[in-house]
Amino acid sequence: MEKLINEFSIGLFFWQLVLFVGLVLLLRKFAWKPILDAVEKREEGIKDALDSAEKAKLDMENLQADNEKLLKEARMEREAMLKEARDIKSKMIEDAKEEAQDQANKMIQQAQAAIEGEKKSAMAELKNHVAGLSIEIAEKVIREELSNKDKQVDLVESMLAETTLN
Amino acid sequence: MEIPSIVGAGLIVIGAGLGIGRIGGQAMEAIARQPEASGKIQTAMLIAAALIEGIGFAALFAA
Amino acid sequence: MRRKISLKPITLLLFLITFASFAKEGHSDGEPKSDIKTEIKEYIQHHLKDSYDFSLYSYTNDQGEHVYIGAPLPVILWDNGLQVFWSSKFHHGETVAEVDGNYYKSYHGKIYKTDASGTITYDDHHHPTNAKPLDLSITKNVFTIILVGLLMLYMFSSMAKSYRKGALPKGMGRLLEPIVLYIRDDIAIPNIGKKHYKRYMSFLLTIFFFIWIINLLGLTPLGVNVTNNIAVTLALALLTFFITNFTANKNYWGHIFWMPGVPWPMKIVLAPIELLGIFIKPFSLLIRLYANITAGHIVLMSIIGLMFIFKNWLGSSLSFGLAFALSLLELLVAALQAYIFTMLSALYFGSAVEEHHDH
Repeated sequence: MEKLINEFSIGLFFWQLVLFVGLVLLLRKFAWKPILDAVEKREEGIKDALDSAEKAKLDMENLQADNEKLLKEARMEREAMLKEARDIKSKMIEDAKEEAQDQANKMIQQAQAAIEGEKKSAMAELKNHVAGLSIEIAEKVIREELSNKDKQVDLVESMLAETTLN
Repeated sequence: MEIPSIVGAGLIVIGAGLGIGRIGGQAMEAIARQPEASGKIQTAMLIAAALIEGIGFAALFAA
Repeated sequence: MRRKISLKPITLLLFLITFASFAKEGHSDGEPKSDIKTEIKEYIQHHLKDSYDFSLYSYTNDQGEHVYIGAPLPVILWDNGLQVFWSSKFHHGETVAEVDGNYYKSYHGKIYKTDASGTITYDDHHHPTNAKPLDLSITKNVFTIILVGLLMLYMFSSMAKSYRKGALPKGMGRLLEPIVLYIRDDIAIPNIGKKHYKRYMSFLLTIFFFIWIINLLGLTPLGVNVTNNIAVTLALALLTFFITNFTANKNYWGHIFWMPGVPWPMKIVLAPIELLGIFIKPFSLLIRLYANITAGHIVLMSIIGLMFIFKNWLGSSLSFGLAFALSLLELLVAALQAYIFTMLSALYFGSAVEEHHDH
């Protein structure tokens, strides 16, 4: 211990103290402050970048989910529209068919009615014609038949005979 | 009877050596048990060893 | 891969050069060759001491004269006025320096005021009784401190500049940045806390790199040896002491004078112990650094000295191997001591600014 105190050099102590304090102050100004600031800035930058990347990823995911949802909705809408169209189409066809049927039926009926009418009138005309003709014929026949007496008698006789027969 | 100071110095070295050895050994065991805490154990080990060393040196100079 | 391999021979070469220069030094000093043990002992003593000139090595030439390779450094004395002269005036302690009618002699690493013939008187304990002027010389150690300071200024200011061009450092900064970040993230923040650590960063970073670089310089063949001076470690520890106590908050002083959570008779007992602790903590810092480096240098140089004592191939090569292994250990110790000094300083700062919390 005595040797230590004996060897203690005040000059060295003084210089060490002064030089070291000077070194700390100089290094703080010219080295440590800029270095630590730069490192801190860099670390903050890295942290920010990571944060924003994470955020972007999240946004991306949200966007993707939104897209998916939109797509799904669109698909559903399309489906619905298609279905509706199909329905409308079939309904239209159905309606058209029905209407056509109705129309056809109506036309057939009309036609039938017309035919019936025609037929009736034709029949009536034919009847009339036939009646006229028969009357004419009968007139002619009767005239012929009744031109002579014998014949008249015969006829009466035959008619009478017929009648009695009935 | 005067005991030469070199004997005292030897005793100090034995004591400090045992102490630091024990710290080192225990730290090894602790690291083996919990390798994930090795950094903290190392720091604590160095501080403890340094403190014993300091006392040892102080005594050596007194001797 | 190739680079890794090629590094090893370079390291080996460096060590060889170190030993070679040590060896040269070991051989010198001109004492009679018979007593090589005393010579080595004296050489180690001399190596551990500060000196007034930057001598790389010295030898005795054929004419029996001491030849010193190195440069003189300025001597600054305060002796009723400032006296500045080059240390070459001492002629390595062999002559008396005469400045403005005052005579000075360097004796065992100290400067004493003498008469013209350089007489030194001794007391009973063989201590010189001559007057000692206040000595503020730029000695070898002071010169090394200045050198390391300039080196650090250059290194770290160029590192700081490289950040201006981009977010990543260039050149030396790439090597230094992880260490700076390690000190911030693993020493300062865990011990001091996120809130206060910034105030202490400059001191912690400076002291770490300063001790480390200066310890490493001590292992080079330059033969400088700064941290084995108690004056140097005292100055460093004193700074830690002052910073701790000047930045301490109420909680810290409360813990010292009136330890919370213990019965009052214990508080009275604890107060002086804690008060003593304030001084013991930095004291252990200064002793630890001093003793570790001194012990390392003594052991390393003794083993290197063994090579010259053995003078046979087996013993010499064995001690060479041992010295090599020890040099590697000293490299580790150089960093470890810097780490521990920084770590403990951070711990003390942390206790000074610790916020109140319930036990």
